[in-house]
Amino acid sequence: MLAFNFFGATEGGLFDINATLPLMAIQVVALTYILNSLFFKPVGNVVEKREKFVSNNIIEAKNKLSEVKKLEADLMTQLQSARSEAQRIVGEAENESDKLYKEALELANNEANASKEKARLEIESQTSAARDQLSKQADDLSELIVNRLILEK
Amino acid sequence: MFFNSLLTNFAALEVGQHLYWQIGNIRLHGQVFLTSWILLGALLVFISLGTKKMGNDPKGLQNLLEFLWDYIRDLARTQIGEKVYRDWMPFIGTLFLFVFVSNWGGALIPWRLIKLPSGELGAPTADINTTIALALLVSLSYFYAGLSNKGWRYFEYYVHPTPIMLPFKILEDFTKPLSLSFRLFGNILADELVVGVLVFLVPLILPIPVMFLGLFTSAIQALIFATLAAYYIGEAVEEHH
Repeated sequence: MLAFNFFGATEGGLFDINATLPLMAIQVVALTYILNSLFFKPVGNVVEKREKFVSNNIIEAKNKLSEVKKLEADLMTQLQSARSEAQRIVGEAENESDKLYKEALELANNEANASKEKARLEIESQTSAARDQLSKQADDLSELIVNRLILEK
Repeated sequence: MFFNSLLTNFAALEVGQHLYWQIGNIRLHGQVFLTSWILLGALLVFISLGTKKMGNDPKGLQNLLEFLWDYIRDLARTQIGEKVYRDWMPFIGTLFLFVFVSNWGGALIPWRLIKLPSGELGAPTADINTTIALALLVSLSYFYAGLSNKGWRYFEYYVHPTPIMLPFKILEDFTKPLSLSFRLFGNILADELVVGVLVFLVPLILPIPVMFLGLFTSAIQALIFATLAAYYIGEAVEEHH
């Protein structure tokens, strides 16, 4: 049953080298060409296409990212300048309104003073007129009193 | 009685017997071609199915084939170098696939159930003709790779560090195919014999770990064969400075 027949036999044996060798070699070479066209080329195309696609996308994404960073920095500087501009405008407006307020206040003060002065003058003139009238009435009254006293005599 | 005869049928070892095909004057080992055709046919069917509908998003078998392709490319690229690995990738990959499919097919498929008039079916790589054929193809390839890439300067390799190396390098050209062929042949044959003898002695359970070891060895031998072939080609195309 265990038929170990290693070297001795002229027919067969483990090291029986014959035309199987070159034919197997031809078969393997043929297989290389078949596998190249059936397997290595098509799969390689697909894989390399995808690798190219992925690396292109990565490069593109990196470019976009750097662009975004640049834009962000631009925006930051713009924002900064806008902020300082706004501050300047606000300051100017404050100054302006302050000035206007002061002017208006001065104007109002002047006006008030003027009308006060006018009122005082009027009061004074009316006071003197009243006093004149009073003294005239007093004169009339005294004259009447005098006349009456003279008549009673 | 029945059990005994069953055992004999299953486990009889026929070492060194072949199914001879006679074509004119030449004689062939028929069982080697039969198994190799079956296994390569299965491989080609598998690959055709996997590459039939390939898309940018790999699905199903395409994943496996792409993984295999990537594996072979890495193997070829690390051993041969960035410059010429593309030319040799199909050859290295074919060697790997052929040896792997042969080894595993020989170990996994219960060939013994198929009766032949003489000899028995088994791994094609357990036949010395196959392994010598593969090894000689590797030798031819690295000579061709060296000569086509560097012309006559290829022979500088023989006297590379010093001319003292010349006899050793010439000897290497003979030991390379010898070691390649006998390593593969010996490993696969030994695995088949060990499993066969164990199945013959203890038909249950005990052979299973050895079978797993055999699968491991088979895969490793395929990797070793392909890696060494790629290394020899890489050595031949390498530029010395």
